[in-house]
Amino acid sequence: MEQSIYRSHILICGGTGCVSSGCKEVRSSLEDELARHDLEDEIKVLETGCHGFCEKGPLIIVYPESVFYCELKPENMEKLVEEHILKGKIVEEFLYQEPVTNESVRSYKDIDFYKKQERNALANCGHIDPEEIEEYIATGGYQAIGKALTEMTPQEVIDEVKDSGLRGRGGGGFPAGLKWQFASEAEGDKKYVICNADEGDPGAFMDRSLLEGDPHRIIEGMVIAAYAIGADEGYVYVRAEYPLAIKRLRIAIEEAEEYGLLGDNLFGTDFNFDLHIKEGAGAFVCGEETALMASIEGKRGMPRPRPPFPAQKGLWGKPSNINNVETYANVPDVIQDGAETYKQVGTEGSTGTKVFALTGKINNTGLAEVPMGITMREIIYDIGGGINDGKEFKAVQIGGPSGGCLPEDKLDLTIDYDSLLEVGAMMGSGGLVVMDEDTCMVDVSRFFLDFTQSESCGKCTPCRVGTKQMLDILERITTGEGQEGDIELLEELAENIKSTSLCGLGQTAPNPVLSTLRYFRDEYEAHIYEQNCPAGACEELLGAYVIDGEACVGCTACTDACPVDAISGEAKEEHQIDEDACIACGACVEKCPVDAITQ
Amino acid sequence: MACSCGNAEENQEQYLAPLYDVLAGYECKEKDLIPVLQDAQEEYGYLPQDVLQEIAKGLGVPFSQVYGVVTFYSQFHLEPRGENIIRICMGTACHVRGGDKVLDKMKEELGVDDGETTEDLKFTLESVACIGACGLAPVIMVNDNTHGLLTPEKVPEVLDQYRD
Ligand SMILES: Cc1cc2nc3c(=O)[nH]c(=O)nc-3n(C[C@H](O)[C@H](O)[C@H](O)COP(=O)(O)O)c2cc1C
Ligand code: SF4
Ligand code: SF4
Ligand code: FES
Ligand code: FES
Repeated sequence: MEQSIYRSHILICGGTGCVSSGCKEVRSSLEDELARHDLEDEIKVLETGCHGFCEKGPLIIVYPESVFYCELKPENMEKLVEEHILKGKIVEEFLYQEPVTNESVRSYKDIDFYKKQERNALANCGHIDPEEIEEYIATGGYQAIGKALTEMTPQEVIDEVKDSGLRGRGGGGFPAGLKWQFASEAEGDKKYVICNADEGDPGAFMDRSLLEGDPHRIIEGMVIAAYAIGADEGYVYVRAEYPLAIKRLRIAIEEAEEYGLLGDNLFGTDFNFDLHIKEGAGAFVCGEETALMASIEGKRGMPRPRPPFPAQKGLWGKPSNINNVETYANVPDVIQDGAETYKQVGTEGSTGTKVFALTGKINNTGLAEVPMGITMREIIYDIGGGINDGKEFKAVQIGGPSGGCLPEDKLDLTIDYDSLLEVGAMMGSGGLVVMDEDTCMVDVSRFFLDFTQSESCGKCTPCRVGTKQMLDILERITTGEGQEGDIELLEELAENIKSTSLCGLGQTAPNPVLSTLRYFRDEYEAHIYEQNCPAGACEELLGAYVIDGEACVGCTACTDACPVDAISGEAKEEHQIDEDACIACGACVEKCPVDAITQ
Repeated sequence: MACSCGNAEENQEQYLAPLYDVLAGYECKEKDLIPVLQDAQEEYGYLPQDVLQEIAKGLGVPFSQVYGVVTFYSQFHLEPRGENIIRICMGTACHVRGGDKVLDKMKEELGVDDGETTEDLKFTLESVACIGACGLAPVIMVNDNTHGLLTPEKVPEVLDQYRD
């Protein structure tokens, strides 16, 4: 193969995260340096998709040693090329440091963040050039579709997926094989497969990374589904906010067409399949399957009652199968390795792996693919490296606006679809937002209600009006206007909205409130009865700032920071804050070198 | 809409020419409504009423449906917009890492509120729910560029890049 000509490969991440931290500039500087040393024919530079470790970007992995360099700048490239590439010496200062031990780690395989992961769906993300179909094929890609088309009947494909126990990764966790069975049995001269890449859950970005890093895997999964249910046309519905994912997918579809992996008579059979991209237009509710289909049809994206389910009457009234990006990403492995092998990972009721987006107040933010059944503690502490800035863990939010917040004593819960429901959360798309002692749980539930309230499509009253009422109450509480009876009223409204809304948006909108009431009721009570925000986050409940005279070193940093000149004091002497003038903006606190200012 | 220079019709023709180019690229069925609106907005910067009327005609769908779709999706705009669109993420990950402070600073720097456009039509400010770069929270997007790990202090620097 062509690859063997090169002495070394340098993989540089070109995902959205790294682009924003400047990987393009790093790449061109790297190429300049290589050219300067006449190394272009010896060293190949490859641009990959997201490695899932965006916070540490721009990232480079140098093969064959698999040395991982992070947080690189263009001006670092001279040294990197001269030391590592020319002299074979690893450049310690660009290595990753473990947040807990402060040790530098050479190989990415030894970094805690990656070590405990099981990257199957994400196997290629960050390791191949997503714009080169050959690279996907070289990793065994498109073999599963060959196997399905030439060795298996559609029913055998469905049975394999059923046996694998694969459940939908888009939120609900419905068994994928069963859904395919329904679509396959539905009568219809025309059928569709749809990929849901609307990824609206704030805090989740695994679908984006999959599309940017390994788009052919999604295409392959969809072709297999199409063969299984008898569809000849498909759509990928991608958020408009993901321009790079759309671009990579477009290139991938063109390549697949050129290679005869999309189009007519695939693998010499009479099976045809065409795939199109539809760009979303900015509406969270379009992630709901019936709304999504209305949107593809060119209508307002409003959900409709089910049944009929999409498998019976979907896009343009035709039987349709809709799955999430990550669900399709699992399909090639199920077919290629077989259900038995697939089931080896995960738990009995939730097989395989799940990709979580770890964000919030945590040391290692990024994408972590782990076996189902792992504990939350392992994800947050072993992979995520614990809470940053030495703060205390308070809660982890899972499942986005439909999910819930779990407290410390639920950290040892093993994560799967069913265990999460039992504790009042849900898998959702797999966003994990970690919150520390400075996060106010009432504010968090206000935040989610604000989100669902503004995204409600307005079709049904409980969702449209009920969420507004809940939001009003939460706004009152966070501004110190809470009243006795508010908590009970919230609970009553929540139950009503849950049981009478038409679609999942309304049905799950109260979950963040219910789960915080369940685990953090005392915080609500403190806001209502004591006008106090224990986390110190709700600004209206906080008074003026004061300077601790003993600690103050008189550096005058705060005086300059204060926008309303509320701070007085001579240099090198104690400073004071005029309580009446202070607007409690907190600007001085951030500037104080000795943490002498508190509220 | 109507102009006062005397050859309104000719100007109108010229004005709508880019739209006809857009329409020529589609089969002009109902399903093309959203993509056509997206392309038209790309062309005009927003969706003027004349353009919407032509789209309704071109695709053979009622104007009320076109209008209904435009007002349903947050991507579409009926008013002129700034040259640069600043989207500030107010998603969960950004929220817990101080996205609201970045928004406040942005409002202060630009002198506009969320959803507004500066008088010189340079910038439009809007808050969005999640850009999908949560690992770099707090995040903003200016046009198609993502800027991550922001602090209020970095805001002026980012803006300067787009001020020419
Ligand atoms: C308000 C709302 C938003 C949703 N957003 C998404 C989404 O962004 N991505 C997704 O895959 N599923 C989303 N879903 C779930 C879909 O309706 C559907 O169940 C899913 O795409 C099925 O795929 P799966 O079985 O592979 O998970 C959403 C549901 C609701 C009610
Ligand atoms: S529950 Fe809410 S989002 Fe869903 S259909 Fe009703 S109003 Fe629309
Ligand atoms: S909190 Fe703000 S207003 Fe009050 S003293 Fe500090 S800088 Fe000044
Ligand atoms: S974009 Fe580079 S690691 Fe995510
Ligand atoms: S929450 Fe801000 S980018 Fe996702």
